[in-house]
Amino acid sequence: MSQFAAENLTCVRGGRAVFARLSFSLEPGTALFLLGPNGSGKSSLLRMLAGLLRPISGRLTWEGQPISDDPEAHGARLHYVGHHDAVKPVLTVAETLHFWARLHGGDSESRVQQAMERFAIKRLADVPGRLLSAGQKRRVNLARLIAAPAPLWLLDEPSVALDKASVKALEAAMAQHRAEGGLVIVSTHAEIDLPEATILRLDDFAAPSQVAA
Amino acid sequence: MSRFIELLRRELRLALRQGSDSMMVVGFFVLAVILFPFGIGPEPGILARVAPGLVWVNALLAAMLSLDRLYQGDYEDGSLELLILTPAPLELLVAAKVTAHWLTTGLPLMAASPLLAVFLNLDATDLGVLLLTLAVGTPTLSLIGSVGAALVLGARRGGVLISLLVLPLFIPVLIFAVGAVDAASHGFPWTGQLAILGAILLGAVPLGLYASAAALKQAAE
Repeated sequence: MSQFAAENLTCVRGGRAVFARLSFSLEPGTALFLLGPNGSGKSSLLRMLAGLLRPISGRLTWEGQPISDDPEAHGARLHYVGHHDAVKPVLTVAETLHFWARLHGGDSESRVQQAMERFAIKRLADVPGRLLSAGQKRRVNLARLIAAPAPLWLLDEPSVALDKASVKALEAAMAQHRAEGGLVIVSTHAEIDLPEATILRLDDFAAPSQVAA
Repeated sequence: MSRFIELLRRELRLALRQGSDSMMVVGFFVLAVILFPFGIGPEPGILARVAPGLVWVNALLAAMLSLDRLYQGDYEDGSLELLILTPAPLELLVAAKVTAHWLTTGLPLMAASPLLAVFLNLDATDLGVLLLTLAVGTPTLSLIGSVGAALVLGARRGGVLISLLVLPLFIPVLIFAVGAVDAASHGFPWTGQLAILGAILLGAVPLGLYASAAALKQAAE
């Protein structure tokens, strides 16, 4: 049985079918690359996989159990990195990371330190969010992945605003996560090195537009 | 429970560091009430007669001022999505938000009321009853207001829309709160009105938490 699987997902946004009958299944340690032109539904699919968006049909299963049975358990096993970085202007980098780690159910000082080291934000630990650049905010957001462990990473264009060194750090983090048996699902337009990833082209699942909401 | 405390601590920290909101609410409350003696004349009898109503109506309006920011910041910067995805019930987040809102608006409003009682010639017993009604009534405002704040997420001019949604729902609280103080000032028993305020609060707790959580999930889709 595969660890995380989607069967016949259909997504409708604003009365327009974005994709239909989309299926995949992932084993532990594998990665999925979402490719497709703007508007092909990469972000919608990731939000659906996170449980933020309900599919109009089809289902998602984790180890055979539908994720809609227990949304909180699904929340516990995933990290979602979306378009916004969720960094508060008045909270420092360290406070932000500790907060998310604790909410996620595990706050160990060593993991937060490790996360800050990985994305080279350790010297920014006491800097409030309003003074961070776009790339630094993105690194804080990505550091959440390390600060609290979760098997499923859902990354929506994670390399936006990142410099080359940070993209390398992200690639290393993803490789290590997969080596430990984790799953990574990434959408991107940029070059991210993800060895042996399955590629899912969303335009293959583009739906005829007459499907009503 | 530890998640609730963690969320509450974050909310209070945010409120404390960007401080202006809470101060603005209390400032508005005090100034608006002080305007009335100028508007209707300094006659002590008239002021004492309208004092409970004045304090309560202005407390409602002051609480409205801070409501539109309750979820807006988290909605705009992506925190709301992550909060929905944390392995805790969303109602817990709402409970923490509402508690923080009450601690930073309801409680300061109560603290400012004795000062206003002096301006309005309200005697000490009536002030005691007024404070009790505020203690029981203002948490209801935060709870009902939270539903309104969650419903208007993503709307333009959400602040005005919240007022239209929520102010009519505050009417029962207003009626029984002012009724209790009026009864006390005429020497009648007032615990009945207070008990009804308490009942409204108890009803508003589950309703406010579940309705806000549902509205937040809708907003995040």
